[in-house]
Amino acid sequence: MSSISLKYPPQPVVTAATTVQRPVKVAANLRRRLTERSIETLLLLAALVSVFTTLAIVAILVWESIVFFRTVPLLDFLTDTQWTPLFDDAHFGIIALLSGTLTTTLVALLVAIPFGTVLAIYLSEFAPFRVRELAKPFLEMLGGVPTIVYGYFALLFVTPLLQKIHPGLPGFNMLAAGLVMGIMIVPYVSSLSEDAMRAVPMNMREASYAMGATRLQTALFVVTPAALSGLASSYILGISRAVGETMVVAIAAGMQPNFTFNPAEPAATITAYIVQVALGDLPHGSIGYQTIFAAGLTLLLITLLFNIIGHLLRRRFREAY
Amino acid sequence: MSIANTLTAKPTAELKARANALNFYYGNFQALKNIDFPVEKNQVTALIGPSGCGKSTFLRCFNRMHDLYPNMRYEGEILLYPDGVNIVDRQVDPIEVRMRISMVFQKPNPFPKSIYENVAYGLRVRGVRNRSLIDEKVEEALRAAALWGEVKDRLGDLAFNLSGGQQQRLCIARALATDPEMLLFDEPTSALDPIATAKIEELVSELKERVTILIVTHNMQQAARVSAYTAFMYIGELIEFDDTKKIFTNPSSKLTEEYITGRFG
Repeated sequence: MSSISLKYPPQPVVTAATTVQRPVKVAANLRRRLTERSIETLLLLAALVSVFTTLAIVAILVWESIVFFRTVPLLDFLTDTQWTPLFDDAHFGIIALLSGTLTTTLVALLVAIPFGTVLAIYLSEFAPFRVRELAKPFLEMLGGVPTIVYGYFALLFVTPLLQKIHPGLPGFNMLAAGLVMGIMIVPYVSSLSEDAMRAVPMNMREASYAMGATRLQTALFVVTPAALSGLASSYILGISRAVGETMVVAIAAGMQPNFTFNPAEPAATITAYIVQVALGDLPHGSIGYQTIFAAGLTLLLITLLFNIIGHLLRRRFREAY
Repeated sequence: MSIANTLTAKPTAELKARANALNFYYGNFQALKNIDFPVEKNQVTALIGPSGCGKSTFLRCFNRMHDLYPNMRYEGEILLYPDGVNIVDRQVDPIEVRMRISMVFQKPNPFPKSIYENVAYGLRVRGVRNRSLIDEKVEEALRAAALWGEVKDRLGDLAFNLSGGQQQRLCIARALATDPEMLLFDEPTSALDPIATAKIEELVSELKERVTILIVTHNMQQAARVSAYTAFMYIGELIEFDDTKKIFTNPSSKLTEEYITGRFG
């Protein structure tokens, strides 16, 4: 059939090596795919653990809160100004606790945000290398002190100090608790803010210096705006920490629910209430027991709200370098 | 290597700056070795040489950029005329130097601010408050950087929204807004496409009327196109300095010849 005679007719390329290697290769491929798959599955499971934990927490909170809201109307929960769930004359006004939470948080932020930011600017833009290396471990240590120690620090040191300035201050007050909570949060704010500022590329600083700017001008007009989204996240984290903080407020701010925004007064926060009730002797399924979940759900919603705000801020001020 | 003869190629020309026996050290490493170098007023002087030859290091001495980093040391002098102050002297405030000598960097590095605020930055850090003066200077600088037409209707936009070439021209406008005496370019087109590069080169040639220019470039054609004088550097030394035409047609040093003919680098 073939009329053309090739000088070198194509030969089927079958060598000993290929015939032997083919099945081995397939097996190797299969094994590789299997290991890849199993590792992927393992990693996915690890990720899912945290997702499911979160979902489970939310589910339980919502579920138990539904039980609570069957007895207590939502309107009462939101509008009543008293929180006395264990009294005979029971009131379930969450704002009596919310006011305490918001006031202590605000006091804490008034300390943590300015100090944390200034500290971050100093550490990132001004501090010589050795100072920074010395200061950072100390700051981290501040973050590692148990919160109960901070609580007694507020109660037994800061409050007496404040009473010297303002003798009428009650032994339990939100001011001392908030101030100490602020000190506690400074390391969180400053270390995240510093990371954000250090992530600003050097060429942006060089551009500023090349225009004849001083260090302070560069830090304030170029580095800080460029790191804004990181700063915002650090503040949000600070807020979440302050809202969720339990020990300091439980010890130093008193445990009496009190609808007030005056930091010089004692008041209970949501977390302080939960700890107080949970330590007590409450029958499972009683209304007092259910309040824990309603209060917990409120706390979760607040933190969620701040996280969403933080997320939006981050998107709004996203660094484009 | 003797370069004394080439240094006085044009004894009549007015100088803007002059490096005399300049040494520069990063820690113990000597990055610049005994550099003598003139910068003629209202001309473009180009610095060429292979990577790591010290041309950027030399350029950054002119606005004391090295002062931002620890463990460095200048020796010798760079005199800035007409007053003849030695700008690498420890006693001289680097901020004063940078007020007189501006810089455009390799990668466009606008601030995370509006187009307007980017150009106004230099005036703001100098404490200028007069709004109409700032408006005027911003427009003038943007015109000089051939960017005004493209951005005049969106001065409030974030500078990051501009293209790479526009960002680099914005950086040039930013550098020009404060009326510097000298402008340093550190490979200003290495991150740009050919069209944007051509625009910047054109700009560099135009700008020499108002400001003395020193430009570092990797691109020898670019040096040939824009500069009047060219210096060839190699491992921290200034090998040859001459008219650009002479360097590219008839270099006196064998090393220069090898470099410009692409034998190494």
